[in-house]
Amino acid sequence: MDNKLYVSSSPHIRSGNTTRRIMLDVIIALLPTSVAACVIFGFRSAVLIAVCVATCVLLEFISRKIMKRESTIGDLSAVVTGLLLALNLPVDVNPLIAMFGCLIAIVVVKQMFGGIGMNFVNPALAARIVLLVSFPSAMMHWVTAWGAPEAAKIDATTSATPLAAEAGTYSYIDLLIGRCGGSIGEVCAAALILGGIYLVIRRVISPIIPCVYLATAALMSFAFGLDPLYQLLSGGLLLGAIFMATDYTTSPVTNWGKVIYAVGCGLFTMLLRTYSNMPEGVSFSILLMNILVPLIERMTVPRTLGYVKKAKGEKK
Amino acid sequence: MEKRGLLKEFTKGIIKENPVLCLVLGTCPTLAVTTSASNAIGMGVAATAVLVCSNAVISALRKFIPDKVRIPAYITIIAGFVTIVQMLVKAFAPAINDSLGIYLPLIVVNCIILGRAEMFAGKNPVIPSILDGLGMGVGFTAALLCMGIIRELLGSGTVFGAQILPFQILIFILPPGGFFVFGMLILLANKLNTRAGKAVKTTPCDGCPMAANCSQKSEKCGEKEAAENVD
Repeated sequence: MDNKLYVSSSPHIRSGNTTRRIMLDVIIALLPTSVAACVIFGFRSAVLIAVCVATCVLLEFISRKIMKRESTIGDLSAVVTGLLLALNLPVDVNPLIAMFGCLIAIVVVKQMFGGIGMNFVNPALAARIVLLVSFPSAMMHWVTAWGAPEAAKIDATTSATPLAAEAGTYSYIDLLIGRCGGSIGEVCAAALILGGIYLVIRRVISPIIPCVYLATAALMSFAFGLDPLYQLLSGGLLLGAIFMATDYTTSPVTNWGKVIYAVGCGLFTMLLRTYSNMPEGVSFSILLMNILVPLIERMTVPRTLGYVKKAKGEKK
Repeated sequence: MEKRGLLKEFTKGIIKENPVLCLVLGTCPTLAVTTSASNAIGMGVAATAVLVCSNAVISALRKFIPDKVRIPAYITIIAGFVTIVQMLVKAFAPAINDSLGIYLPLIVVNCIILGRAEMFAGKNPVIPSILDGLGMGVGFTAALLCMGIIRELLGSGTVFGAQILPFQILIFILPPGGFFVFGMLILLANKLNTRAGKAVKTTPCDGCPMAANCSQKSEKCGEKEAAENVD
């Protein structure tokens, strides 16, 4: 009888969601992309992914140990960071460079700011940008994928990301199944879309950010006279919109905040793609909007129930 | 006792009140010129020379300079010495003059020099002021040299132009790397200062640029501030 009456404080209804479960879902969603990377670029991309994931987990463990805090490798967030970082690298990058990227992501961006949930920008993205700035030649050395069209193979060793290639080199199908140059995780658009759909169905991410981001980018490319579909499918846009921009810690909470954030991402992506001297602008634009998130949150604080807006001239 | 006091005026600038790492003054030249170790030394030595001379002169003239126009007077004195130093550098080390560029004349408005004039030389006799300037200058040069060596080593793989590392991490000679190394060195200096359970020494309120909006400002400091505003 006594056991039938529980006295406890709220919340009384709980979902089974844990950080670990969410991170596991993200890993599952990234599986098609990882498999595609291994098929397209061969065995070396599997090695690269393994190196990044192992280094990230190890560094997370060591830095928590040094800071005398509870170990957080069990929540799998370091695995996700390592996986995302690996998918953002070209296949023939030196493993030591990849490990340096893991150091930036986990130790500098994540743990120095307090660990999971405290990082002010997406760790994998920040690491990618640090690597891009530090090792420009190694980071922009794109290998042509297996089965790419003949026209692309000629300048494959210089720079053959679809954004830098001449128009007409790649067809939509090439981009969709990844027969083009680029980072190992960004080439196969179909696998990325598949992962995105899984995340939306599992309700891990809200579709607002990716959809608004892609729509803004498409609109902007239309305005610039570019081919919107080609722009959406090429470069890191899908990877960024689905997996990077939707990071919980670094994206706004409210729906209107998410819209503003995603529009900003799309705007800056296309501006950077069109007017900057780099072929790609996704990582920079997401990083920029990450930093603006606190301001967006302040702008979009929801109105409290029953709160009446003060008339203009009225004093406080 | 007297001698030990004088020695303290010299040594305090090196770690305990290091102008760059503890007082966080002179951040602009610190971040801008430390892309190589030789630039860092050039900047450090030039600033030290100006600092020692201006401290000496300002301290000698401290009774003649009216309180209300002290800042223009200090800047005039400092600018005089900076002009001398700049001409000397141009004549004898043109390479350093080229690589320091605008930051050499900008020593005129360097916070460290103005800060020491305001906080120390304007209130103390000549000899301690010279020692204070020398100590602060050595601390400034040492901090710059540390940053210069780390950034040059990682960013271009060299130290003083000699190849050491087979690779280079370009970001360390770019501004973000500068901020990162700067933060790491401040962390190290704080660690050294708080070792053995000593509390972090805070800057005195007068002479602190943030005093007007500071939440930790002592009552006494606020009164002085108010009195100054009334004048």
